[in-house]
Amino acid sequence: MSRIWDPKNECLGRDELTALQLSRLKDTLQRVYANIPCYKDKFDTYGVQVDSVRSLDDLQKLPFTTKEDLRLNYPYGMFAVPLKDVVRIHSSSGTTGKPTVVGYTRNDLNNWTELTARFMTAAGVGPEDIVHIAFGYGLFTGAFGLHYGAERIGASVIPMSSGNTDKQIMIMQDYRSTALVCTPSYALTIADRMEKSSKGIKSLSLKVGLFGAEPWSEEMRKEIESRLDIVATDNYGLSEVMGPGVAGECLNRSGMHIFEDHFIPEIIDPDSGEVLPPGSIGELVLTCISKEAFPMIRYRTRDITCLDYEPCACGRTHVRMRKTMGRSDDMLIIKGVNVFPTQIEEILFQVEGCEPHYQLILDRDGSIDTLEVQIEVNERIFFDEMKRQREFVNKIEKKLASALGVGATVKLVEPSSLKRHEGKAQRVIDNRKT
Amino acid sequence: MKVEQISIFIENKSGRLAEVTRILGDAGVNIRALSLADTSDFGILRLIVDQTDKAKDVIKAEGFTVSKTEVVAVEVPDRPKGLSGILDVLDAGKVNVEYMYAFVERCGENAVIIFRFDNTEEAIKVLLDNGINVLKGERVCQM
Repeated sequence: MSRIWDPKNECLGRDELTALQLSRLKDTLQRVYANIPCYKDKFDTYGVQVDSVRSLDDLQKLPFTTKEDLRLNYPYGMFAVPLKDVVRIHSSSGTTGKPTVVGYTRNDLNNWTELTARFMTAAGVGPEDIVHIAFGYGLFTGAFGLHYGAERIGASVIPMSSGNTDKQIMIMQDYRSTALVCTPSYALTIADRMEKSSKGIKSLSLKVGLFGAEPWSEEMRKEIESRLDIVATDNYGLSEVMGPGVAGECLNRSGMHIFEDHFIPEIIDPDSGEVLPPGSIGELVLTCISKEAFPMIRYRTRDITCLDYEPCACGRTHVRMRKTMGRSDDMLIIKGVNVFPTQIEEILFQVEGCEPHYQLILDRDGSIDTLEVQIEVNERIFFDEMKRQREFVNKIEKKLASALGVGATVKLVEPSSLKRHEGKAQRVIDNRKT
Repeated sequence: MKVEQISIFIENKSGRLAEVTRILGDAGVNIRALSLADTSDFGILRLIVDQTDKAKDVIKAEGFTVSKTEVVAVEVPDRPKGLSGILDVLDAGKVNVEYMYAFVERCGENAVIIFRFDNTEEAIKVLLDNGINVLKGERVCQM
């Protein structure tokens, strides 16, 4: 069992934790009402008086914050402190319009660093580790978040950044990296490249991987673990709330502990906005209760998950969120059926030897939705006999139909023919736009 | 007694077959026999070449998915009922043919046909027991 970075705060009793959350929440509400016009207007419109919040249940009276609010207040409208107190600015990629801009005070950076140190420690990273960070350094929060967390732990950090897989591998071999930080799909790209090289996986010293920034399935975890011979852990965060360090797995790997002394999680029905009882699957909503520069109140993450309040064997008392199962806005509606790309990924993994280079092509034939799953062929799923090759395709089609409740055609394509973008796989192409 | 064959996955789109043959030609590999099984989406190209390992390596290096399989080259009398006689023998010996294709070159008076069986060892035994000539791999590759 790995050690606990901050036992005092990570193992608080529920009553103490609730009291701390309430006091921090009240303080945060006062600050956002006084300093952020968007929140003042929202609260006034909803008729919510900040001092009427007397228990955590009263949180439900408050309006949600959405990505749209951030766009409307671009770039600095949601900052609760003057820019002279902001020491770092990060930003989302902005692939769907204007990017969102987030700021950190010195205290915010210190808290962020503490929280990334927490989950990296929980994943087994210690001062003796060599942490290889293959997230892109830049506006994206991933690389910097884990960078400072690893330094605080006392590990040796290699700020590798993304791209150039051959060089990444050479550095990992020569510098004897023990912990790998990247997206799960990039971990598989590395495995692919290693398997093609003569030296093979034994030339690496990796023990643990800390993967995030995109949803991934349990099957993908098994694949990464067996192919790279490491323990693969999940962590969670989003730049609007802080970046990585909102939640992370301990080595029991039965959900990611949300650091509740800094964030209050809720699960809502994504359609009605109603708060759901503990254990329900729905959209995660987070409220920041310690942030100075960019405190979000009831921020809709769009991530689908559920919360488990049962005590964890590791000793941490903080609630665990299940691996995200997709995004409420990634949810595909095919012939009226809700489908998450991660469901399809799990099915592909269940079919022996099928690795996750796939793409979903949605189209419309007249008024009927069609789903085509393109899979890159590799040696494990290539048969010399047409009969067996067709059987393989039929088997996946049957599994997809029974698990999704909607039919799909499977098309095999040549290796490396599906588009990849900086290690992030482009999973869905929707040609149905009307 | 067995012949090595390479199989290549190709998408059913223009230029892929040309690409494979160009790669082999550039590497100085000579194709001895081939067959293409295809569906509307993809095809499986099967080749017998003069340098099997080299062919596999160069095609794989260009990003194709390649596998190596064992097939059997059988001499078939070049007259009516020549092939059916052999298939009868195999049927009686309970050996199934997965696929087969003809070799361009003749071997003396006889035609040569490449067979892929469900049980290669058993097939060779049945053929030899019935006095049917099975060609050696090295010979086929150099024909």
